[in-house]
Amino acid sequence: MDTIKKTFARLRPDVDFCALRVVETRGETLAVRQDVQEPLTRSVDRGAMVTVIHAGGYGYAATSQLTEAGLQAAIQEAKRWAEISRTRSVFDYSQIALPHPSGQYHSPQVAHAPQVQRRELLELLMAESRAAKVDDRIVDWGATIALLASRQLYITHASAAQGESGVEQDFQFVMPGVSVTAFANGDTQTRSLGGQYNGYCRQGGQEILQAAGLVGAGARVAREALELLAAPNCPTGQMDLLLMPEQMLLQLHESIGHPLELDRILGDERNYAGTSFVTPDMFGTYRYGSELLNVSSDPTVANEFASYGWDDDGTPAQKHLLIRDGILERPLGGAISQARSGLPGVANARACAWNRAPIDRMANLNIEPGDATLAEMIASVERGVLMDTNVSWSIDDSRNKFQFGCERGVLIEGGKLTTVVKNPNYRGISATFWRSLRRVGNASTSQTMGTPFCGKGEPNQIIRVGHASPACLFGDVDVFGGEA
Amino acid sequence: MQHEFFELADLVQAQLRPGERFTAWLAAETSDFVRFNHARVRQAGHVQQAHLTLRLVADGKQVSVTMTLSQQVAEDRAQVLHQLDALRGQLPDVAVDPHLLLADTCHVASRREANPELQAAVIVEAVTSRAAAYDLVGILACGVIAHGFAADTGSRLWAETTSFNLEWSLFAHGDKAVKSAYAGTVWEEAVFADKLAHAVGQLALLQRPARTLTPGAYRAFFTPVALESLLSMLNWGGFSEKQLQVKRSPLLKLQTGEAAFSPLVTLVENSAQGLSPPFQGEGFLKPAEAPLVRDGQLFGSLVSPRTAKEYGLTANADAEETTQSLHMAAGDLPEADVLRRLDTGLYIGNLWYLNFSDRMNARITGMTRFATFWVENGEIVAPLNVMRFDDSLFRVLGEHLEALTVERALLVDTDTYGARHTASSLLPGALVRRFELVL
Repeated sequence: MDTIKKTFARLRPDVDFCALRVVETRGETLAVRQDVQEPLTRSVDRGAMVTVIHAGGYGYAATSQLTEAGLQAAIQEAKRWAEISRTRSVFDYSQIALPHPSGQYHSPQVAHAPQVQRRELLELLMAESRAAKVDDRIVDWGATIALLASRQLYITHASAAQGESGVEQDFQFVMPGVSVTAFANGDTQTRSLGGQYNGYCRQGGQEILQAAGLVGAGARVAREALELLAAPNCPTGQMDLLLMPEQMLLQLHESIGHPLELDRILGDERNYAGTSFVTPDMFGTYRYGSELLNVSSDPTVANEFASYGWDDDGTPAQKHLLIRDGILERPLGGAISQARSGLPGVANARACAWNRAPIDRMANLNIEPGDATLAEMIASVERGVLMDTNVSWSIDDSRNKFQFGCERGVLIEGGKLTTVVKNPNYRGISATFWRSLRRVGNASTSQTMGTPFCGKGEPNQIIRVGHASPACLFGDVDVFGGEA
Repeated sequence: MQHEFFELADLVQAQLRPGERFTAWLAAETSDFVRFNHARVRQAGHVQQAHLTLRLVADGKQVSVTMTLSQQVAEDRAQVLHQLDALRGQLPDVAVDPHLLLADTCHVASRREANPELQAAVIVEAVTSRAAAYDLVGILACGVIAHGFAADTGSRLWAETTSFNLEWSLFAHGDKAVKSAYAGTVWEEAVFADKLAHAVGQLALLQRPARTLTPGAYRAFFTPVALESLLSMLNWGGFSEKQLQVKRSPLLKLQTGEAAFSPLVTLVENSAQGLSPPFQGEGFLKPAEAPLVRDGQLFGSLVSPRTAKEYGLTANADAEETTQSLHMAAGDLPEADVLRRLDTGLYIGNLWYLNFSDRMNARITGMTRFATFWVENGEIVAPLNVMRFDDSLFRVLGEHLEALTVERALLVDTDTYGARHTASSLLPGALVRRFELVL
C-alpha cells in the first residue's frame, strides 16, 4: 500500500478533487457435502478506484493496473466522465467538500489471526457432515466455512501530496454454515445453522466458529429437519408473532434498513432496488413503530459484520440512533446524499469492491435491546407462533408490503410453547407492522448476525451487512402455512 | 486480451509436472457504467477488470484460485506462476474428489463481435437530451465483454462481444412508471427514440387515478417481462439436476407426476441462439438445445459436470445448473388480441421481488410493479397500486394457463453483479384464468 500511496502522490490530477481507494481481498471457501469434500476454492482480488470531482461533475475509473501508468490512466478516465457529466449532472458536485481522513481500523483479532489451519477446519466440517446423516430420510447435508480478509486504503490526492497516511483498514470475516435436507412422503424440509445464506457472519477470528455454534450443529440441525418433516403446517390466522434474531435480521433489514437509505428516498434506485415509502418530511416526526422501537446504525460494534472506521468516501464512522422511542430521526445516507438532500445521515457510502462506486448502504443496523426475557414474552402470549430462521423474503419496491417465511415455527398456546409447525409464513405492511411491536427482548435474547448478500445498486453490488437484534413480539399479525 | 490469456495458459501448460492437469477460465470486461436519475447523470465511470480462475488437478484432487489480472504481462505471468505453486502446496490438504469430471476433448474456437464505434458518451448525450422533459431513471452498461477457456488438452476457446444495455424507467408520479430496455451491439438513436416515445405514450395511462384491488383471484395477462420474472424462479434449483436428486427442486412434483404444467408449456435451454459463450467454465461445450419441459411435462434437466459424475449422467450446463438462454414455445394468441381476450382483469407489465412461499409446491410470492393496469371489457381503465401475489406455478402455468402469445420477446439480462451478465430469454406473453392476490 505504501508504494501505491507514493505513486499516487507523484501524479498530477489537475482536478478539484481526486481520491484513490485500493481494495485487496483474499478469500477461501471450505465445504463438505454428503461427507465428500467440495473443491477447495480461493480468491485473490486486487484493484483500485479513482474518483474525480471536477467543475461540478463526478466520474470514477476502476483498474487493476496499480502502476503509475495505470493510475494515471484511471485519473484521466475518471476526469473524462466528470467532464461529460458536468453539464448534465443530477447534482452540482462542486457544492460538496469530501473529507481528507487519515487513520487505521482493524477487525478484532486481525493482528493475531493464525494461518488458516485448513486440514483442521476440513476435519471439523467432515465431522459435522457425518454427524448430520442421522437417518435415511436425510437426503442432503453439508457444512461450510468461508474466510475472507480485506485490506483497504482510502486517500485523497491532497492528503497523499502532503505525505499523510490516508485511511488503512484491515478486515477479517468468518462465515460458517450448516444445512440439512430431509425428505419423506413427498415432503422436503431444510433446516440450517443461522439460515441458508450464512446469517452467522461476523468480523474476527476463528473463535466465531465456536460462538456461532458450528461445533455440534450437524446433528442438531438434522434432528430439527426430521422434526419439521413430522410437523403440521403452520396454522392460518391473525395472532401474536414472536420473531427470533435469525428472522429479525431480515425483518429489520428489509422493512427498516432499505426504506431509510437516502439514495432510495432521492430516487436513484427507482429503476432497480426501488423507492421508499419514507419521504424527507417524515424525519423528526413520523411514528415508525411503537415506543419500544429503538434502531441504531453502528459501524463501531466489535465483531459485527459491517464494522469499519471510515466509509468509502472517507467519513468517520460513529453510532447514530435512526429511530428513537418509535420516532424516525435520521436516514441512512452518506456525505453526497446528505449534501443532495439537506438531511443528516451516517457514514455509509459503501462499495462492495474496487470495481464498484460507493452508494448508500446500511452497515450494522441494530435493534437496541429492551427489558423482556424470552420466557416473559412467551408467557404473555395466549395464541401465537414463534418463528425462527429466515428462508423466504419479499417486499414491494416502496418497502411496505412484505411477506417472510421461516424454516421453523413453534405454536404458543396459553403462554407456553407447544407444537412445532412447518412452513411458517407471515405478511404485513411496514408502516403498521412496527407499531404492533409489543415487547422487545433483553440482551440475553439478542444475537449478532448479518448477511453477506445484500444486493442493490446500478451497476449491481452485493455487500456485507451486520444486524444485531433481540427477539421481538408483535401483536395481531397475518400468519399462514404452506399448501394444504 | 485473447492473446494474453492464451499465453498465460501456455505458460501454465509448460510448467505442468507429470500427472498434473489444469483448466483456466477468464472473465474480462471493459465497461462504462452511467446511472441516470431525473434524466440527468447521477454517477458515471469506467471499469476495467479481468479475473482468471486457474484449477490444478493431480492424483484425483482439485484446487482452484480466482485472481485479478493486472493486464501487465510480466506481472500477470509472475502472479500465475506464484498461484500455480500455491495450488500445488494446497493439494496435500484436500481429499481425492470422487465427483471430479474433466473434459478430455480439445476444442479450439473463437467468436468475436467487435464494434469500436460504440461510445457510451454518445448514448449519454441521446438519453439526457431526448428524455430531458421526463423523469427518467436507469442504467447504461457499455463496452467489451470477453470469456475464455483453456486446458491442458489443448482447448483454447474465446468469446468476445462489444455491446450496450440501456435499461430505464420513465416515471409518471410516485411509484407509477414504465420500464423499458434497449440492448444491442450497434446503437441507433432512432430506435431509442421510438422506444422512448412508446414509453411516453404509456405515461398518459399512468396519470389516471390508480385503482386498488381487494385480495382475491383475477384474470391476468403477463407480458414477456413479467413472465420472465416467474420463470426465473425456476433457476432457484428448478431445472437443477442436483436439486432434483436431493429433493430440493421446486419442480420435484413435476418430475414425480404429482403436478403438471399446461400442455402449452414447452421450455428449452437454447444455447445455440443465446448471447452467452457456447462453452461453460469447465470447458464443456453446451449442447445447441437442452429440452427442459415438453408439453407441460418435465423432460430434462440442467446437469453440471460435477453432478454428471456424481449421478452418472451427461453434462449439459454450467456449474450452477441455471438457464442462460431459456426459450419458451409460442402460443396462438396474437398480441393485438390480448386485451380483448383478457376482457376484465390485470395487465401485468412487471413483477418484483419474487421468492418461494412454499418451495416444494412451487408456490411463489412477489409484487406487481411499474406498468400494471386494470382492464375492463378489453380496455385499459386505470393503473393499479402495487399488489402482493401468492400462487403456485403449478396452477398459474398449469390448469389456469389459457393462452400464450404468438409473438415472443428477446429479453437480455441486465444484471451486473460482479460483472456484466450475458444471459437472455425468448418468451411469449401469458394469459391466465386466475391469479391470486393476497395483500
